[in-house]
Amino acid sequence: MSDQVQKRGEGRSEYGVSLLLLALGVVAIVDALGLIERGARGFMTARTVPMFVGGLLILCAVLLAVDIARGGRGEQEEGEDVDLSHGSDFRTVGLLAVAFAFNAAFIDRLGWPITGAVLFFGAAFALGNRHYVRLAVISVLLSVVTWYGFFLGLDVKLPAGLLDGIL
Amino acid sequence: MDGINALLEGMSSALTPMNLLYAFLGVLLGTAIGVLPGIGPAMAIALLLPLTYTLEVEQAIIMFAGLYYGGMYGGSTTSILLNTPGESASVMTAIEGNKMAKAGRGAAALATAAIGSFVAGTIATLCLALLAPQVVKFAIQLGDPDYLAVMVFAFVAVTTVLGSSKIRGFASLGLGVWIGLIGIDQTSGQQRLTFGIDQLSDGIDVVVVAVAVFAMGEALWIAAHLRRAPARIIPIKGRLMTREDLSRSWKPWLRGSAIGFPFGAIPAGGAEIPTFLSYITERKLAKKPEEFGKGAIEGVAGPEATNNASAAGSLVPLLTLGIPTTATAAVMILAFQTYGIQPGPRLFDEQGPLVWTLIASLLIGNAMLLALNLPMAGLWAKLLLIPRPYLYAGILMFASLGAYAANGTAFDLWLLLLIGGLGFAMRRYGLPVVPLIVGLILAPRAEVFMRRALQISDGHLSGLVNTPFSKVVYALVLLVVLVPLVWGQVRKRRTPPEDPTSGPDGTRLQQHANSEGA
Repeated sequence: MSDQVQKRGEGRSEYGVSLLLLALGVVAIVDALGLIERGARGFMTARTVPMFVGGLLILCAVLLAVDIARGGRGEQEEGEDVDLSHGSDFRTVGLLAVAFAFNAAFIDRLGWPITGAVLFFGAAFALGNRHYVRLAVISVLLSVVTWYGFFLGLDVKLPAGLLDGIL
Repeated sequence: MDGINALLEGMSSALTPMNLLYAFLGVLLGTAIGVLPGIGPAMAIALLLPLTYTLEVEQAIIMFAGLYYGGMYGGSTTSILLNTPGESASVMTAIEGNKMAKAGRGAAALATAAIGSFVAGTIATLCLALLAPQVVKFAIQLGDPDYLAVMVFAFVAVTTVLGSSKIRGFASLGLGVWIGLIGIDQTSGQQRLTFGIDQLSDGIDVVVVAVAVFAMGEALWIAAHLRRAPARIIPIKGRLMTREDLSRSWKPWLRGSAIGFPFGAIPAGGAEIPTFLSYITERKLAKKPEEFGKGAIEGVAGPEATNNASAAGSLVPLLTLGIPTTATAAVMILAFQTYGIQPGPRLFDEQGPLVWTLIASLLIGNAMLLALNLPMAGLWAKLLLIPRPYLYAGILMFASLGAYAANGTAFDLWLLLLIGGLGFAMRRYGLPVVPLIVGLILAPRAEVFMRRALQISDGHLSGLVNTPFSKVVYALVLLVVLVPLVWGQVRKRRTPPEDPTSGPDGTRLQQHANSEGA
């Protein structure tokens, strides 16, 4: 990471983490204040820990902001397939999120064999696969096989949705 | 109960054909998943948790034992053959291992890693069998304030030892504790942080969070930075170990076991420090130190043995105190909890046969791994060629399967997406994920211990520190916090800041390892 040149203005998004911590800390404290002090013995009530955690998060937010202002940067995670020389490719991540959200939204109505296949197809497409026919076959195969696998092998019934009665 | 006798009994129940099959399945899946780039052992177990929901608890635990060691083995293959280390524990192995592979001695590097892992895994597992009953004998007398102290120690250790930034570690811990607060407070029956959403009143399933953070977050992060051209795989060449290789390896194996196990056993988290220590020890003791940096076999044998010994060591606090110190250990605890089993000192009384079967399975799995890996390393390496779109699409698919199967609601899928997004942001901004998961698992229990301790003391804070044990532990906590601070100040004063070599050995080596991958 040391060889990466810090561009001007880069790192401003780091403050986002600080803001998130601050927001969560405030939420924890506000939520805790809404609790009733009931059956309290000593000073530990249902409030104590949320108040403490809220305070800790706010403290973290402040300290992190100070660290960032002094030039501290989070070290991005590396990995076998990770290339950090470019910025994040949000088009890919967005497409993945859409494929995933489609599955979450329709799994109960359309059933896993359909939404699971769409998820796999969409995700592999987003990641650059362009062998549409092969990919479609693999997607359907995977979702149907996992449906049967979970149903027969593990006794977990994933929603069949539209295909109820056919599978 | 005497550890060795109990272990022999565990052996006899682990050696039934069915159980051997599950152990084999575990090591097979574990190695495969460990070799696959982008998937570490923690993610592997998180993804496979739902597959074991309907297994008998004994069989599931046996399988997880295989997965646990298998994932470790697989990781070393990847780090030697690809020129970038995957998991932080493999960074040190990668430095020399990769150089060896490039010099046409890949087979020897893989062999010393495999045999070293076996030797260290076996020694450390036997140490676990001997040590665990002693720890339990002691831990059974501990009260609420003592447990609270141990948990505070785990929190502090896991946040200050791991990662480069302490403040980011604490932020991650705070996030985990925050998520852990969601749901009905057990003592007062009030809803906390549920925002009136019914599905949140039982709290967020820890399995969902684990899958989200380890699998979703990781897959999204890699997807955003996927290498256009996948990393080049170095073909495996050369002979297996020669006599010279062996004579240069056996001492590092043993030293690695001795360094790794204690570091794993104290709840201070991670294999980074012990593997680093092993590396510099071997470099110092080597007969030909000039070979280091060019492919010295000692530099593979030592850290790899250390890595496995520390994995076995981390099972000591996990099984005897219920304290997870690494990502993999945290997911292992979840595996227990899905069966309603709470690791801790009473585990050995209540589930004695189960624990000893687990420990025996670790030994069996370890032997299986050696048989699987020595002759088949080349075959495993083929897994590195898997097309990345399929691999990461498959991870997303399995993640959603796991989260859905946990409770059968689509709500969990939305949570998975949301927390997966958080996991992505954490990787982007350098927040380590282990403190989050440790905080999430331990904080609710820490709250219970704290409340009970304060009820007994009638609200006096002294009730938290009124035992000798808790006093000692809090003193250690202070040491862990203060020593690096003071040390940093002293070093700053001694070396002028503009000196480019002022960084400790560790950062220099780290940079070396990183630039290797570039």
